[in-house]
Amino acid sequence: MIELDKVSYGYGGMALFSQLSLTLAPGSFQFLTGPSGAGKTTLLRLCYADLHAKAGHVRLFGQNTTQLDRDGVAFARRRIGVVHQDCQFLDHLSVAENIALPLTVANRAHEAAANLPELLSWVGLGPQAGQLPPQLSGGERQRAALARAVIMSPDVIIADEPTGNVDWEMSQRLLTLLVELNRMGKAVLIATHDLHMIRSLKSDLNAHVLRLKDGQLTEAGAAL
Amino acid sequence: MKAILALIVGDPQADRAVPPTGITARLTVFAAAAMAFLAVIAIALSLSAGRVAERWADELAQSATLRLPADPTQADALLLSALEVLQTTPGVARARALSDDEQHALLEPWFGPDLPLETLPIPQLIEVIADDEGYDSAGLQARLTAQVPGAVLDDHRNWRAPLLAASTRLRMIGWIAVLLIWAVIAAVITLAAQAALSANAQVIRVLRLVGARDVYIARAFVRRFTLRAAFGATGGVVLGLLVMQLIPQDAGTLGLMTDIGFRGAGWLWPAVIPVLAAIVAFVATRAAAFARLKEQT
Repeated sequence: MIELDKVSYGYGGMALFSQLSLTLAPGSFQFLTGPSGAGKTTLLRLCYADLHAKAGHVRLFGQNTTQLDRDGVAFARRRIGVVHQDCQFLDHLSVAENIALPLTVANRAHEAAANLPELLSWVGLGPQAGQLPPQLSGGERQRAALARAVIMSPDVIIADEPTGNVDWEMSQRLLTLLVELNRMGKAVLIATHDLHMIRSLKSDLNAHVLRLKDGQLTEAGAAL
Repeated sequence: MKAILALIVGDPQADRAVPPTGITARLTVFAAAAMAFLAVIAIALSLSAGRVAERWADELAQSATLRLPADPTQADALLLSALEVLQTTPGVARARALSDDEQHALLEPWFGPDLPLETLPIPQLIEVIADDEGYDSAGLQARLTAQVPGAVLDDHRNWRAPLLAASTRLRMIGWIAVLLIWAVIAAVITLAAQAALSANAQVIRVLRLVGARDVYIARAFVRRFTLRAAFGATGGVVLGLLVMQLIPQDAGTLGLMTDIGFRGAGWLWPAVIPVLAAIVAFVATRAAAFARLKEQT
């Protein structure tokens, strides 16, 4: 569904990585690890066309991103649920409206009435549904971001440190949700430093652990 | 029509996605109101100049003045000859010798009311009114020279040309002012739209990342600025019309300063100004929004 083929990217003339390839196939579950500054977030942003590769090809659902017009990128993003590291929201809208935003912009707002209460309850944000995002704690923002990423039932879920600000119990609930979505055939890619999370899930899933370091993407061994 | 209705009614969900922007909203409404007010005045002045030009042209083109030599011994003979020539000239509807009282009234502003007209060698004046076809001015002057020596025909051409040129220029300046006003409206609304887009860069980024198309994002901005411009322009037009009511109306005088306003089909202009303001705002905001959105991934 998402394919990076010999992709290169860098900032200010400095190469962050080059000739990097990655495939997110239907039903795959992959962790992306690596030291800070290795380019994990950049790699994720390439996967949903928020950045364009300096070299190589990025294909979203079979289409090269260089050949997609802006509407094409928008339609592709509706099939990709993204949990951003900084959990950006529209601060003038309620938590419920923010979570339903992908449905709203796709003119499918009527579907929110059926799915939203259950989803809010699932991520434990039912009481906060009417609040504004600035009133949420870091963990609550992360849960809201995950809820927003999955409300469209996307084909691919990309998450950047999705459990960074939540407690153990909540992180397990969030991961369980991702696992359930994966079992429904969704591809999942999670960038994380949390080795405990990887170990807890790796045994239950046929998950691959990728390590990005020094511009190279390698598959981590069983030592994890 | 469907698109216009959709623009007015809007999509409440899309509208809510973009937060209200206070300062740019007020700036747009104020700018549209001020420019519409100036447009009303400029158009009214331009139309008024046009009417005055037409009136002067019609009045002066229809009439001429024949001046006979001030010779008391031949006055009656010259008058009879001149009237005979005029009455037999094709294109002359009527010719009438001005009475002593009328000549006195013409001279009074310069010489005062106590002018002893009967003791002075005042040339006799004849008012010549042309019919719709008009007459051959050069041919008439030639016949008068032959039959009424010393008679001078003044067809007001020397008066009419500069007056017409001045009023035509005035009308042209009015329309240039109107064009500049529309350009300023477009510039101000573009700046206000760009300020609003910059202030909402984070909102636009989030909307793009959750799959919003450019047209969805732009629509919220375009609709707001279009309605604000129409609202402001309507206020400006109403204010402009009220101010024009304060100008004394007296079409009987020269007219340029006292006949400022709209007549007949000219009343369409005040009705059209808010619509034009909305169209200018629509085009300017749409162009600004799509240009800004293209800068974002």
